[in-house]
Formats: sequence, structure tokens, C-alpha cells
Amino acid sequence: MNAEREGRPTRKPTLGALLLGSMPFLAICFSVPLWDRIHPMILGLPFNLFWLILWIPLTTACMWGAYQRERRAESIAARSRKDEAR
Amino acid sequence: MSASAVALLVMAAVVGFGAAIGFLAGARRKMDLEQWAVAGRGFGTVLVWLLMAGEGYTTFTLLGASGWAYSRGGPALYILAYISLAYVASFFFLPQLWEIGRKHKLQTESDFFEKRYTSKRLAAFVSLVGIVFLVPYVDLQLTGLGDIVRVASFGGIDKTAAMVIAAVVVAAFVFASGIRAVAWMSILKDALLLGAAVAVGIGVPYAYFHGIGPMFAELVRTHPRHLVMPGSTKNLGHSWFVSTVILNALGAFMWPHLFAASFTAKSSDVVRRNAVFMPLYTITFPLVFFAGFAALLLVPGLHNGDLSLLTMARRTFPAWFLGVIGGAGALTAMVPAAMLILTAAALFAKNFFRPLFAPAMSEDSVARLAKLMVAVVTGVALYFSIHGSRTLVGLLLLGYDGVTQFFPGVILGLYWKRVNRVAVWSGLVAGVAAVAFLVLSGRDPIAGMNAGFVALCLNFVIVGVVSLLTRAERNGFESADEADAAVKATGGAGA
Repeated sequence: MNAEREGRPTRKPTLGALLLGSMPFLAICFSVPLWDRIHPMILGLPFNLFWLILWIPLTTACMWGAYQRERRAESIAARSRKDEAR
Repeated sequence: MSASAVALLVMAAVVGFGAAIGFLAGARRKMDLEQWAVAGRGFGTVLVWLLMAGEGYTTFTLLGASGWAYSRGGPALYILAYISLAYVASFFFLPQLWEIGRKHKLQTESDFFEKRYTSKRLAAFVSLVGIVFLVPYVDLQLTGLGDIVRVASFGGIDKTAAMVIAAVVVAAFVFASGIRAVAWMSILKDALLLGAAVAVGIGVPYAYFHGIGPMFAELVRTHPRHLVMPGSTKNLGHSWFVSTVILNALGAFMWPHLFAASFTAKSSDVVRRNAVFMPLYTITFPLVFFAGFAALLLVPGLHNGDLSLLTMARRTFPAWFLGVIGGAGALTAMVPAAMLILTAAALFAKNFFRPLFAPAMSEDSVARLAKLMVAVVTGVALYFSIHGSRTLVGLLLLGYDGVTQFFPGVILGLYWKRVNRVAVWSGLVAGVAAVAFLVLSGRDPIAGMNAGFVALCLNFVIVGVVSLLTRAERNGFESADEADAAVKATGGAGA
């Protein structure tokens, strides 16, 4: 199992995974002037706090999508390595 | 029995139970460096999750976060934002690091620098910088623990005594069980921490305001500007938020103890899956914020905002429950402290002392020296916690600024062929120097941005420019692969 890995450079993450990973960055970092406000208060929470709490599960959802894409890319890479070996 | 005695007894029971788990975790195993530092790379998703949570969620979670909500307000949201994003960022490099780590038998962050850039000196420098920032972090845990025990025991135990006892216990189980102790103790610690956060974060607002909504309504009425940035600060606005969140998200796994924790996983898939689910754990932070906000309304004007959560807990709950919270808080300090101490000791023995002073040292002697260093590191940290007096978050921010300067060397080392030793050296030295200058001369934030972020940008530019201007070098990992292949081809040793 180790042998087939040798000499292989580190595989870069797929574009799809990178796009999905950039969504939480957009939503909870770069867009701060848009959501850093008190009103409208939702579920009794100031909007900024509500927004960040909302993005806890949404972040995991995005990363689950990214995970699926990475898994697919890994198995494709593994298959092509096997073909080469033949 | 007095309230103080009840709280103390419960607290001692919790800590004693945790320490027993720690000692048992490593029992009947031969503790060579591979077992001691990376648990033989055998942890599954659950243990890696617990280990990462155990290390990442420190006394800062409990005290610092509520302290920020209490004294600074809106800017505290950076904590909630950066932790999720740190896991998002780690998704894109930790699994790759794990693969390399297994193939090249890496145990520490410095090992990565040594092998990638074929430079023992660079690795020794990385270790030195790492240790310099790890020790204040241990310090932070001990100071937090001292505060927790003092408040939770109604002043029954002196802060210094609590710190000394905890430090001795931590050093002992790290010595005996290595990283396994940390992982297994985290089970108890995380369960208690989550319970304490729910109880305090929901219990306190309900007890005094009949709910979280009414509490915020009251805050909006009395402190309308506190809840948005810059809150009750002058200069922690939106550009500070963005720069700090990016800095910390990229820097979190540059902490040598978190970097190395990923090596304990049994596959890169375990690391990747962890990055997906870890953000869910940040749900403790809003709860801790609630306690800080409630304290602002009920006990304004505390000298030390970091004590706001404990002060509220003491006002609200019976003594035995305060003991549970105190015990959870004490473990929350001890578990990460254990990992920090272990990492600093391993870095010193393996990546600093041996290559520079005793190249002929055997693996067994390195393991022995590392264990000896556990006592030294603990002693130094303890000395500083007893004699030093800086606030919790200030130290943490300096540490984050510092360790994040490793990021360009790591990420470019993984993904960019051109990057070389000279470039990484130059960027790292410039970055660390810039951080030290800006922060120590009181220029943080600079132009509204986090000084560490400015230093990181400088670092990246220097690494990029120097790499392009200097001769390309072989990637140390590839050279090592070829050397292996050559050995195999000649039917050489080790087969």
C-alpha cells in the first residue's frame, strides 16, 4: 500500500472542494459589514450572533460536500495509479 | 459542611477522576517516542475528534470568551468565526500533511521543516520559536486554572497552591502516558465542559431575565453599541475582525501541538472527516457568550472580565454544582496544558537539542530527554504564572501572531515546487521580527488590522520573492523517496 504512493507529489484539492470551502469564509469573515448588526433580532438573538450560529451547521454542510468531492478525486487518482502500474 | 468545602470536594473528585484516566491510558504500553508523541498513529475518528477538541478548547473557551463578551462585546464574535474557519482551512492541508507524515515518519511540526527543506537548523529554529510561544500558552492555562479554583472554592484554595498542584499532576501523567492520556481525559473534560456551558449559558439568562431573548432585549436597551463591533473597544472594528479571523484560521493548526495531533490519526480520511464535523463543536461559544453578556447586566464593573462567567455561576448555582463547573474548568486547563507541555518537550529533545548538540543521540535517549523536559517546561511555565501578570487573551494573541508565521513554509512547502530553504528562512525571521516589534511596541492593531496579519502578509511576500530570485532546490521529500527507491533497487539494507 505504501509502495504505490512513492514519488507521488501532493495532490491539490479539487476546485469544487475549494469553492465549497470558500463559502464559510465569505459568509462569516469577509461579509462582516453586511451582517454585523443588531436588527432584525431573530429568536431573541441580535442578528450578528444569530448569523454566526446559523453558519455553524451550514459550515459543516459545506465541508461535507467538499469531503464527498475529495473522496471522489482520491478514488479516481487511486484507480489511475493502478492502471499505470499495470 | 460549608459551601467552600462542598465545592472543593466535588472539584477534587472530578480532577482526581480525570487524572486517574490519564494515568491508566498509557498503562502497560512501552512508551517509545512514537507511542508517547503520536500514539503509534492509531487513533480513529472519535479519539482524534476528542484530542483536537481537548486541545483546541482551553480555559480560554470558558474564561477568555466570556471575558471578551463581557468587557469588549461585539469583537468577541471573532472567536466563534475563526474556530469554524480554522477547521475549514485545515481540510485543505492536514490530510496531505498526514500522508507525508506517515511516509516520512514525522512526529513534530519541526520534522516537516527538516525533511521538506533538508535543514536541521531551520527545524531547530522552528522548534525554538514554537517553544517560546508554547510556554506562555501553558502559562495561560495554569493562570486560568488558578482563577477557576480560587473562585469555585469561594477563596478556600489559594491561586498559587492550585497552580502548583495542577502543574505537578499534569507533568506526572504526561510523563507516564504521553498523548494517550490527553485523548482519553478529553472524554470526561469535553462532556463536563459542554454540560457546564449549557447550564451556565442557558441557566443564567433564565434565572435572571426569564430567557435569552429578554436578556438581549435588555442589553439592546441599555448597551446598544456593545453588541456590534467595535463594541466597547475603540479600535476593534470590521477590518480588525477580518484580519484577525484570517490570521487565526490559518494559524490555528500551526500551533505545534495541534499540527502534531493530526499525526495520531490512523488515516488521512480520519483527519478529513474531523475537519468536516469539528465546526459543530463551536456551539459552546454562544453559550459562553450568553454568560458574559448576562454578567455585564448583573455585575458590571468587574476588575477582571475573565472572571465574569465564574462569578455568575457562583451567584446562580448551589455549591456542589459550582464544584462540577470548577472541576470541568480545571480539566479544561489541564488537558491542553498536558499536550502543550508534551509538544514543547518533544520539540526541544528531538528537533533542538539532538541536532545541534548531540547528533549521535539514540532514539531512546531522545525519548528520555523529552520526558525530563516535561518537568523543566512545567517548572518554567509555573514560574511565569506565579510571577507574571498579563491578561489571558493578550498572551494568546501574541502566540497566535507568532506561530502563524510558520504557515507560508508549511502551505507552500506542500503545494509549491519553487519554494526553498533560504526563502522560508527569510520570511519566517522577518515575520517573527515584525510581530515582536509591532506587538511589543504597542502597535497592534496597526491601521485597523491585526499586527500578526500584517506580519504574515510580509512573510508571504518575502517567501515568494526570495523563492523566485534564488536557485530552485529539490523538494526534500522527493529526494528522500528517491534515496529509498535506490536502496530498494539495489536490494539494500532493511529489507
